[in-house]
Amino acid sequence: MNFMPRIDLKTAGPFIALVVIFVIGILVNDAFLSTGNLSNILARSSFIGIVAIGATFVITAGGIDLSVGSMAAFISGCMILLMNTLMGSIDSMVAIILLALLASIGIGAVAGLINGLLTTKAKIEAFIVTLGTMGIYRSLVTYMADGGTLSLNFTIGDVYSEVYYGTLLGLPYPVWVFLTVAIIGYVLLNKTVFGRHCFAVGSNENVARYSAINVDRVKTATYVLQGICVSIATIIYVPRLGSASGQTGILWELEAIAAVIIGGTVLKGGYGRIWGTVVGALILTLIGNILNLTDVVSNYLNGAVQGIIVIIAVYLQRGAWRRD
Amino acid sequence: MKILSKILIPLLTLMFSAFTSLLSAQTIGVSIPAATHGWAGGLNFHAQETKKRLETANPGLKIIIVTANSASEQANDLEDLVAIYSIDALVILPFESAPLTGPVRNLKRRDIFVTVVDRGLSEPGLQDVYVAGNNSEMGRVSAEYIKEALNGTGDIVVLRGMPTVIDEQRFDGFMAAIEGSNINVLDHQYANWNRDDGFTVMQDFLARFPKIDAVWAQDDDIAIGVIQAVRQARRQDELFIVGGGGMKDIVKRVMDGDRLTPVDVLYPPSMISTAMELTALKFISDTPIEGEYILGSPLITKDNAEDYYFPDSPF
Repeated sequence: MNFMPRIDLKTAGPFIALVVIFVIGILVNDAFLSTGNLSNILARSSFIGIVAIGATFVITAGGIDLSVGSMAAFISGCMILLMNTLMGSIDSMVAIILLALLASIGIGAVAGLINGLLTTKAKIEAFIVTLGTMGIYRSLVTYMADGGTLSLNFTIGDVYSEVYYGTLLGLPYPVWVFLTVAIIGYVLLNKTVFGRHCFAVGSNENVARYSAINVDRVKTATYVLQGICVSIATIIYVPRLGSASGQTGILWELEAIAAVIIGGTVLKGGYGRIWGTVVGALILTLIGNILNLTDVVSNYLNGAVQGIIVIIAVYLQRGAWRRD
Repeated sequence: MKILSKILIPLLTLMFSAFTSLLSAQTIGVSIPAATHGWAGGLNFHAQETKKRLETANPGLKIIIVTANSASEQANDLEDLVAIYSIDALVILPFESAPLTGPVRNLKRRDIFVTVVDRGLSEPGLQDVYVAGNNSEMGRVSAEYIKEALNGTGDIVVLRGMPTVIDEQRFDGFMAAIEGSNINVLDHQYANWNRDDGFTVMQDFLARFPKIDAVWAQDDDIAIGVIQAVRQARRQDELFIVGGGGMKDIVKRVMDGDRLTPVDVLYPPSMISTAMELTALKFISDTPIEGEYILGSPLITKDNAEDYYFPDSPF
């Protein structure tokens, strides 16, 4: 591989993997390239993608957040309960939905703030804090649903479902939201002081502190950003099936972390890449999609195929990373 | 919570059991999985309802319900039920068969009456009463309906649960029943008994197969996801969906004559009520109850849906 320009492989690794998987998809089944399937893939990857963009900040700044999946379930549950309750008192469906969106962002930001403050002020390892909140949110949603499933009122569900199923210029709304969040995330991480501080804190907290960076504030801010990203993902998730249960968002945290790492962000912090994360989320969704489009691979081996592809994708860019 | 349940509750219940034993009450312990998904939520709901009903009707009867998140937690629960509540009878829906056989055998040695629900233990003869649904029958009933509705010819897709014994039995029962007909299973994939995966897998099936005549979703949570995917693709006129379980949302659709979900196949979480009522009979009457009770998986159609509709249940 020495003859290859090294900068290329490092940044292009995830993109090459994406193209390879894409070609495999085309070879596996003609239906892969149909507009319906492609727009399904994009819309589907937007949940994990948006969550993973938040996770890129957290991981770049040297943290980790395991609570995102259950946080998504909890916020979904709160939104559904709120909308069902407001049904009686407010006539305008759009007003109810807008209130639910505001509440969602609020809950997400506060949940992120709690994770952040417990990590920075209470000095508890992020892994433990978020493992704890992960369990808390998951059981709260199970409790709210009485062990069953919370369902959104049908009348309001019909209006709200447009947010997931509607399209603009041929692309589903979730894809536009994903793209917008990615662009904002890119600017924030690469073009602002805050972004540079994230890199610095993740590389070496002490050096960052001596450089007069308010480390605690930067780290807390990344968790708040993560919480807001989770709530945005939830806002486009709820209208899809109009329900939330203890099963909602299961393993999203691991998929988000995987997307971030596939994309070239370093797990121990100090370096992050938003577009890599976007590609990582697309790769994860594509693998699942392609496995559903073929029966060449036994069902029982789906997990193994996913594991192998994730490892290969990361190896592709690490091979170059190590020589840096 | 743990401290509370380890110290306070035992203390209180010690006082309680001392008091109640004076009245020579009978205690039935009920050990079931926690409400972590729809069906188990229904199970917990029906267990609580039955507890209320039985205790009101029989003042001498005390029922303790404990829920567990894993097989090992359930084994601990069994020890607590004996040590703290000194139960006279146990109703258990085992998390897994093998790991709980030993703990139940220990209870049996103390002459505790044992009722096993749904999943049999690894050692025969441990239980006095066995109440269960019939998974392979559930697969067979679904297959018979699909065969009949399609006149024996058609292309179908199958969404499975998780790779477990329950799923295998349902799937094998289904495949055995369509053998010899011209029903062609285009593909089957796991949808993990949840709505999101039901939606995703069905989207991909719809993208891949231009003609699908019927969907066997096997579970009502999966079916809800399938319905949304089919609507999104606007193909609700070319196919129908058979779920399973008896979730109120699906039963309601069947009752309303929804063309997309013409039937449902029952696998009732209320089987825990059957088991609890039977066990209670042991103490309040001379009725002989020892034996095996296999509940049917009847087809829920528009005509009988009302009998299976529980609007208050979480499932």
